[in-house]
Amino acid sequence: MNPAFSVIFLTTLIGVGQGLFLALFTGQSYSAVKLLPAAASAEFYSIGGLIALLFLVGGLIASFFHLGHPERAWRAAAMWRTSWLSREVIALPTVMGLLFIYALMHYMQWDIVLFTSEAGAELSVSLIVGILGMLATFALFLCTGMIYACIKFLQEWHTPLTVINYTLLGTASGFVLATAFATYTAPGLLKFFGIWSIIITLTALITRVASLLRNRSIKYKSSAQTAIGVRHTKVKQITMGMMGGSVNTRDFNHHMSALFFKSIKWVFLLLVFIIPSILIWAGIEEANRTLLFSAFIVQYIGLIAERWFFFAQANHPQNIYYQTV
Amino acid sequence: MTQLALVIDLNVCVGCHACVTSCKEWNTSGPAGSMCDDNPYGQDPTGTFFNRVQTYEVGEFPLTETVHFPKSCLHCEDPPCVPVCPTGASYKRESDGIVLVDYDKCIGCRYCSWACPYGAREIDEHQKVMKKCTLCVDRIYDEELPEEERKPACVLACPTNARLFGDVHDSESEISVTIREEGGYQLMPEWGTKPSNHYLPRRKTRMHIHDDELERADNPLNKEQRKPHGPIDEPTLDDSTSW
Repeated sequence: MNPAFSVIFLTTLIGVGQGLFLALFTGQSYSAVKLLPAAASAEFYSIGGLIALLFLVGGLIASFFHLGHPERAWRAAAMWRTSWLSREVIALPTVMGLLFIYALMHYMQWDIVLFTSEAGAELSVSLIVGILGMLATFALFLCTGMIYACIKFLQEWHTPLTVINYTLLGTASGFVLATAFATYTAPGLLKFFGIWSIIITLTALITRVASLLRNRSIKYKSSAQTAIGVRHTKVKQITMGMMGGSVNTRDFNHHMSALFFKSIKWVFLLLVFIIPSILIWAGIEEANRTLLFSAFIVQYIGLIAERWFFFAQANHPQNIYYQTV
Repeated sequence: MTQLALVIDLNVCVGCHACVTSCKEWNTSGPAGSMCDDNPYGQDPTGTFFNRVQTYEVGEFPLTETVHFPKSCLHCEDPPCVPVCPTGASYKRESDGIVLVDYDKCIGCRYCSWACPYGAREIDEHQKVMKKCTLCVDRIYDEELPEEERKPACVLACPTNARLFGDVHDSESEISVTIREEGGYQLMPEWGTKPSNHYLPRRKTRMHIHDDELERADNPLNKEQRKPHGPIDEPTLDDSTSW
């Protein structure tokens, strides 16, 4: 496929937003059950929530650049019964809405403790909004991943690893941002978020490498023989039915050299996983803001490369009909 | 239930592109507006087509065969492009099984073209909506036209009659009989899309002439005349029948 930058920015930006929200909520729920001292200030949740919301808005804006008719985008919520894209169109505003309420509740300090257990664990309204937000966030990860994983003949994508990777990579980038952000508003939670970022980043490394290994030995079900229905071992295309090119030759190929394509794989493995993990490890020791923010920026740039590779790697069976590009 | 479809005979197609040009001519003049066509005479011509004729070489030189292969939307019975559409612009008609796009609802997200393994959908880069073969839905039901012309433009244009049009669910229709008797097949059956359009395979036409067709072994004249060759070992018709 030809990676569209609108979709690359959509998926990576909402990933950061969702991950950051999950990080905030993790912090709050750990504090609620007294596993963590309530070291985070109200700004950590409210401004953090606002930043997460801005990332989601950024992703939404990016997605409009992918559409031929953005003014009709509202129609995309119609077919949620069958289309994962439609479900994503519903899940994204739901997450944004819950996140807005969550951030506003912390900012205005509107919170009521509903229930306190004997051990001191507190169940507050903001925590319930957080739980709903978390569920919506995971639903959004599922929708985003399934948009790609549900197309069975894009065999590189048609695997549960696609959904797992979208979830883990988004969560990792959000946690890394939360770590950097905690240096301002929740220095007590720096190590907590730092260690979690490294754990999630390295787990994502395992699942992403698993999908790379899976795709390396993929056996394509379609061939030139099944495409035109001629049973002969040698079938070669001579003409595509056009001399210039068409959408079919432009949209379904990355048009880059094999060397560039291969190098992007190593670039993203380094930028998404290895370098950020080292930077965070070094950064949380002395709460070095520069190191932690550069970990986030390096990882985000790496994620753009990762998403580019994800799209470019998918080999669409329609390319069998368009071989003489 | 009706399922309109095409049958394309690869044995007869000569690759003249008449179906391509007549398709474009009919559909670019239709109510949906023109189909884009940039630099038609320039260096990089590009545009939207519903139908393309491709050419393949089968075998290795010198034993090769050229296959001309017309490809348009196959109007699958289980079209993967329809359920993925977020707006419902892409749909399959209950009444006749044609897969269509509502150009007023399409948001141009291209997801359906990703979900078509055949590359049958092409976005119109000027109108920014997805376009595809409609089986000339604005023609086949037009009662203004004489009945024999109520067929897709490509079918009418084909000079070798390689394209047949009809209902594949009616087991006695011309195309159902042809599919059944001439070995009609579907493209990429491995994806379970159940394409309605079928293709007829290349067939070798050979003339078989046996020796005894050139020279009658049971020629009764041979009784009287000198035989053209020595006695034949195996029994002939003369030995086994009484005249």
